[in-house]
Amino acid sequence: MTDTRTISVTVNGSRHDLEIETRLTLADFLRHQISLTGTHVGCEHGVCGACTVLVDGQAVRSCLMLAVQADGAMVTTVESMTGENEQLHPLQQAFHDNHGLQCGFCTPGILMTLLEFLQHNPSPNETEVREALSGSLCRCTGYQKIVAAALDAASRLRQDVGKTAGRRES
Amino acid sequence: MSSRKFEPRMGRLEDRALLTGKGRYVDDIHLPNMIEVAFVRSPHGHALFHSIDATAALAHPGVHAVYTHADVVRTLTSDHIPPDQLIESFPATTWPYILPKDEVCFVGEAVAIVVADTRYIAEDAAALVEVDYEPLPVVSNCRQASVPESATVHRDADSNIVSHFTTEYGDTETAFAEAAHVFGFSLNQHRGGAHSIEGRGVVVNYDADAHHLTIWTSTQSAHKSRDAAVELFDMDESQVRVIVPDVGGGFGGKNTVYPEEILTIMASRLLARPVKWIEDRREHFIASIQERDQEWDIEVAVDTEARVQGVRGTIYHDQGAYTLLGLHVPHNSSIAVPGPYHLPSYSMEVIVSETNKVSSIPVRGAGYPEGNFAMERILDRISRELGVDRAEVRRRNLIPGEAIPYEMPMKTREGTPMIYESGNFTRCHEKALEAAGYEDFARLQQKARAEGRHIGIGVANMVKVTGRGPFESATVRVGRSGRVIVYTSAMAMGQGTKTALAQVCAEQLSIPPDQITVVTVDTASSPIGIGAYGSRTMVNAGNSVHLAAGEVRDKAIRVAAHVFEVEEKDIEIADGFARVKGDQAKSLTFKDIAKALGAAKGLAIPKDMPIGFEATVNFRPPDVTYCNASHVVQVEVDPETGGVEIVRYVVVNDSGTLINPTLVEGQLQGGIAHGIGNALYEWMGYDENAQPVITNLAEYLLPTSTTVPNIEIIHEETPSTLNPLGVKGAGESGVVAVAGAVISAVENALEPFGIWISDAPISPMRIVELIEESKAAG
Repeated sequence: MTDTRTISVTVNGSRHDLEIETRLTLADFLRHQISLTGTHVGCEHGVCGACTVLVDGQAVRSCLMLAVQADGAMVTTVESMTGENEQLHPLQQAFHDNHGLQCGFCTPGILMTLLEFLQHNPSPNETEVREALSGSLCRCTGYQKIVAAALDAASRLRQDVGKTAGRRES
Repeated sequence: MSSRKFEPRMGRLEDRALLTGKGRYVDDIHLPNMIEVAFVRSPHGHALFHSIDATAALAHPGVHAVYTHADVVRTLTSDHIPPDQLIESFPATTWPYILPKDEVCFVGEAVAIVVADTRYIAEDAAALVEVDYEPLPVVSNCRQASVPESATVHRDADSNIVSHFTTEYGDTETAFAEAAHVFGFSLNQHRGGAHSIEGRGVVVNYDADAHHLTIWTSTQSAHKSRDAAVELFDMDESQVRVIVPDVGGGFGGKNTVYPEEILTIMASRLLARPVKWIEDRREHFIASIQERDQEWDIEVAVDTEARVQGVRGTIYHDQGAYTLLGLHVPHNSSIAVPGPYHLPSYSMEVIVSETNKVSSIPVRGAGYPEGNFAMERILDRISRELGVDRAEVRRRNLIPGEAIPYEMPMKTREGTPMIYESGNFTRCHEKALEAAGYEDFARLQQKARAEGRHIGIGVANMVKVTGRGPFESATVRVGRSGRVIVYTSAMAMGQGTKTALAQVCAEQLSIPPDQITVVTVDTASSPIGIGAYGSRTMVNAGNSVHLAAGEVRDKAIRVAAHVFEVEEKDIEIADGFARVKGDQAKSLTFKDIAKALGAAKGLAIPKDMPIGFEATVNFRPPDVTYCNASHVVQVEVDPETGGVEIVRYVVVNDSGTLINPTLVEGQLQGGIAHGIGNALYEWMGYDENAQPVITNLAEYLLPTSTTVPNIEIIHEETPSTLNPLGVKGAGESGVVAVAGAVISAVENALEPFGIWISDAPISPMRIVELIEESKAAG
């Protein structure tokens, strides 16, 4: 019948050792086993991107990955983004300031997608941002303000890096 | 709201939770002891079933129950979803079952519900339920469904025609008899889905000791859900509470009561423990409502100057297997044809037929996109036949600005006169043309063609009814916390409703919007209400909040005047105080006033003043309002592949007074994206057995970030005369004119090939076919 395994996975810095069914998706593990409901499931087919999380720093569709495959991995979800004092991450702040979300259901997946993308490409142009977002479906916004938020976030993050570098030098 | 105290373009109050993963959507709700359900669904478009054998499923570990029609009959007051329409009567076969007794009428219709420890187990067990089906003849096309020799969608139905009516005015016969030209053509408009990224879902907790149901549901119409539960479970309103958590989009798909919702409630009621159902995407494809399935035969009579004299024809409307929401869509489609244009005579026969497909009720746009597409195709045909530029044809036929208010010779759904009470269609049209560089485009097009590139431009104008009543409720209340709380029946599903309503309230009470709490639907705090559809929230709820907050402000002024023994005109409301102008020492906080009006001892209040620092208003709009827009779009088409790229999109939109222009822009951009889907991508395919051939988002193409361009928005802001805020709807304003404009642009780009497009959406394959056909025809 239902096959189980014990896995050890680190999510947002906290280690979880749990016995789970082998067929359990990573998305359902995050949402229903360890109550991190910020990651959403929109299509169960890896198409809509709402369930995107980072596994060892790489954006993956958590609906297409089994939780057992995350054994030993570091998983990062939207819940990790706010800093001390609950301060919004510059990417989150840019989404707020640019009205980059409406119903908010696709938003966590988009944030995680962009988090990875902006690490690799800190100075994207609009076309590159649109390419990066092309695997994330949003029914509310028409994407325009999401793209604006992403470009704004890139600019803020570059400034933050600049400031940090400046402090290090002084 | 001409002079505003607070920034109109404020950021949303909703955002922080949604950005940090702390939103609370229905699937985020976990209750102790909660179990889950899955449904056994028909694999046939039409079949009888002789038995349902749940033996193996019930023996499966972790399964609690399998319920079928017999359980519905023993538990509920009816085995049908309570009809939504009181005034219209349809044949009994058109009413949807909660679970059918022995006949299924579309692929996806639920025949049994399986309750188990988890969804995984429930799905395992659902696969073990054996249903003995006997397939019956299937009806998959609405035009074929309407002929007498057609098989029937329901075994016991005499015919598939649910309704057959004609929307008409003026003398079309004479118009056609005397017309300089008559042109005719047919259109196929295909169904698509709502496809909110969050599907439907419900969590129910039946408390047996208290005999009380708490229902969290992802819906656009919570009160409808509450009323259905009250009726079907024979409970009263004090025993049923519906709470709407964060909703991950609606777009029409959540604006009706579905069997799954009722059955999940039933499972909780019977098992006396919390039960959850979350729709998956496949279920959304086969069991959530869809729209836009219509075939049109059209004729237009036109004079020598390209002025339309008459339009007549037939709409074959696909209603799907059951009638969930009356005739809203086909009626809307038929009255939407004239739109912003002067049409002297009109006669449109509408044949509403059932088919063995999932039911069709409004998806964003609600029949208006189909009617608009038909009219814009008519104008393009006239342009082509008479050699008059497409913008000029529209210019000659638009209702001139000075003719507003303009009474259309038709009735609204309520039977009241249809009056375009404000707005200026010609001005919007000219502004949009100018902003998009229409006049200069022909030159650019020639240049591009010389380079072997095919660019085109399209124009379309729309009007849509919005702000339909009867009402939404608002209570503005200040309690001992001193904090202003708005309780409203307005349904929030991503529009920024809480922010906009806080902004409206803030202007009246001179308190920053972010210090106001807005509680959207919970039937315990807002016991009456209607729902979020038809671009109606700001007109209905916005004005209720505006008026209720105004009453609360007046109460504060009266109390302060009484306490300080001054005239009311000497009191000002600012920064959370009611105070004597010029005498800061004489001031009352909202907390003080709340205490006084809460009948605490110590502060005197006027004897005739009602108790409570609060007011409730259920604003009733005297009539519907009409938003309007003009769209101009530029595309580039690759004739080799049929690929269409939208290069530029300009819209001039009039939604009346804008409470928060940024939110309205979000609505327009999202609506236009949806329209781009209808024009180019979203095709819900069925085969001849009414078997859906598309059941996931890899096959069904939703618009993406690489297919939706930036939308350039210019606001016209003509206040509605029909409500104190002057607002009109915006939620559907974007979607209506898109298919007409985009498809016109595609045709224009391919002008050298002389193709005519009669399908929406138009696929790359079809474009290539049309080019080939055109070449073959020489």
